[in-house]
Amino acid sequence: MFFTQTNWRPIAEGIFIPLGSLVLALVLFGVFVTILGNNPLMVYEAMHQTAFGNWRTFQGTLLRAAPLMLTALCTALPARMGLMIIGNEGALVIGGLGAVITGLLLSYGNLTPSLTATPAELSPLLIQLSMALAGILFGGAWIGIVGALKHYRGVNETISSLLMNYIAIALLNHLVEGPLKDPRSLNKPSSFAIPEPFMVGNIGDTRIHYGLIYGIIACLVAYILIQRTTFGFAARVAGGNMKAALVSGLPVGKLTLVICFLAGSCAGLAGMVEVAAVQSQANSSLIAGYGYSGILVAFVARYNPIAAAMVAILLGGIINSGGTLQRNFNMPDATVLLFQGLVFLVVIYSESLYGRLSWFRQSQSQ
Amino acid sequence: MEFRIRRRRFIQLGSGVMIATVAHACSPSSPEAGESPSTSGEKPITMGFIYVGPKDDYGYNQAHAEGKEGASKLSFVKTVDQASVPETNEVQEVMRSMIEKDGATVLFPTSFGYFDPHILKLAKEYPDVQFFHCGGLYQADKHPKNVGSYFGYIDEGQYIAGIVAGLTTKTGKLGFIAAKPIPQVLRNINSYTLGARSVKPDVKTQLIITGNWSEPVKEAEAANSMADQGVDVITCHVDSPKVVMETAEKRGIFCTGYHANQSALAPKGYLTGAEWNWSGIYSSYAEKIKAGQTLMNGGIPHLLRGGLKDGYLTISAYGSQVSDAAKKAADAAKEKFLAGTMVVYKGELKDNQGKVIIPAGKEQLQQDPELEKMDWLVEGVIGSTGV
Repeated sequence: MFFTQTNWRPIAEGIFIPLGSLVLALVLFGVFVTILGNNPLMVYEAMHQTAFGNWRTFQGTLLRAAPLMLTALCTALPARMGLMIIGNEGALVIGGLGAVITGLLLSYGNLTPSLTATPAELSPLLIQLSMALAGILFGGAWIGIVGALKHYRGVNETISSLLMNYIAIALLNHLVEGPLKDPRSLNKPSSFAIPEPFMVGNIGDTRIHYGLIYGIIACLVAYILIQRTTFGFAARVAGGNMKAALVSGLPVGKLTLVICFLAGSCAGLAGMVEVAAVQSQANSSLIAGYGYSGILVAFVARYNPIAAAMVAILLGGIINSGGTLQRNFNMPDATVLLFQGLVFLVVIYSESLYGRLSWFRQSQSQ
Repeated sequence: MEFRIRRRRFIQLGSGVMIATVAHACSPSSPEAGESPSTSGEKPITMGFIYVGPKDDYGYNQAHAEGKEGASKLSFVKTVDQASVPETNEVQEVMRSMIEKDGATVLFPTSFGYFDPHILKLAKEYPDVQFFHCGGLYQADKHPKNVGSYFGYIDEGQYIAGIVAGLTTKTGKLGFIAAKPIPQVLRNINSYTLGARSVKPDVKTQLIITGNWSEPVKEAEAANSMADQGVDVITCHVDSPKVVMETAEKRGIFCTGYHANQSALAPKGYLTGAEWNWSGIYSSYAEKIKAGQTLMNGGIPHLLRGGLKDGYLTISAYGSQVSDAAKKAADAAKEKFLAGTMVVYKGELKDNQGKVIIPAGKEQLQQDPELEKMDWLVEGVIGSTGV
């Protein structure tokens, strides 16, 4: 009785397929590890120890996961509406630029302060909030452009957001090599640095910066927005069947613009965190691939914001353990990329299995 | 039976990874994986090397990895290294892990962008560990005592390569593919051109700037378009010269290398090249540390720089296509560099806009700080600094 009343099959399917594909990826990677002359069990044990073994090493996993949670939302949110946005890297860069510009303007009243200028006496919290807001607005506006192109001109959002990445990177290079350049940054053109007291610090005595909290909050808010509000419902309806949504009078255009803005704002916030918690200035180090990794996280999480946070931690752990593979097992530096690639390929392949495995089909006889 | 046990263990481990993501590990801290340094006899000096790209890029990172290999041959040195580490808090984590897990007391994070803020931050946290950074950014009044920097005047090698290129080109057109219009790169372009024009005054260097350190597609396009325009000797300053050298070889033109030896990529057209010699530099650091000298006790200078004379670079062996006259001229210039009598930048020197940069009778020597701020292209370069 119980089993027929609770709809346990889809739930079991939703747990079994991702876990099963992860195990398959581990087996495939194990074959590769064996070919390279290592014992896969020892490798996995060491990877697990490095990534999740104790609180100290787990911090390394969490701090790597923080930006990925935010950039993943840039793909995950629009995907619920059937839009495939891959402009995460560009939105991150633009958000970082927005944060630097705001931080410098508030600290010095000037983007290129004189070398002897002293920062204004303002509350660090005020400056940090302004920088976060700027990151959100800049990143949001950036992907908002993609949404507007889609809605008003019918431009394919995947292609336009991809191309916007190149524009964003070119813009960053232009600004830090020209108008924003600190003349002291000769061989690595960079903007001026945000003054030390205004930087975003670490949580307690850990080495994890507050970007992790931003990421977790953003994922929770995104989840509630998509799953528990009429806005989210409307977006999901439009994602399920755009024509039906239009016929039933849903404001598809407005939804497109808003969801693109929200998506970009998450990646923009990641850029702000990277600037205000790690780099202190804008330069080419911002282009570290967090945006592209975020796309993968969103795919594996099947666009669920809560799952995205967890997948980000898993990916953070894989990246964290990359050093062990190189230094303790003498494997090439591309190994960790190969592992990531295998995990993601298998997970994406497993998408096609939903509803096809007979174990999880509702039996018709009952 | 045994297979089953192993498979079960395997699945346990596999799901462990996933479960740990959900409920983070709060188990009592267990010893970290990995071997501890061998403690037989005297404790070795553990040196950690970090590269921004792959170790086999035929370029910047390979040059440092070869340097690490050289240092690891010393009996009292143990080395660890990690490649493809981005200039984010990732590199901070890698340094921390090398210190805490591998017991590294000397670190060589080699990418230029690792310095500020990453090395500076870790150096404050670990005052007993010595951090050596490639790039020459150390400032005594601002930076921690356990940070040092080193860099070489590799443009001397480019000057010599320019001589060989100038005496090899038939069209009088050389090509230079550069990543960014920054002083280090501009100095290489200018020295290369000055070298070529010192032996053939009407030689021109066509410059193409790709905009980023690693742009293989743009680099190949640039090399192809240069070959189309009649350029017959190409060189570059990008992280990995691999694509440029291969494209030149494919197009049947000559090339001169940079960072590391690329003759294997272009066996026919490779003339010579400016190579780093980090092996010698890293070994000499190791010897000093072994003798008890450190950055903190003043035994090792915080800023070390040098050129050919000081062993920072070498010139690739001449390829089969290099004429005897070219070899002779290049060797003569090399002798002058080794003797310390060569001056590359001397008046009257004009930039490619016709403006006099160094007036007649003036010289700017190797270590002149003015040269570190270079923002111009010498007469004979076709192109602009782009800012």
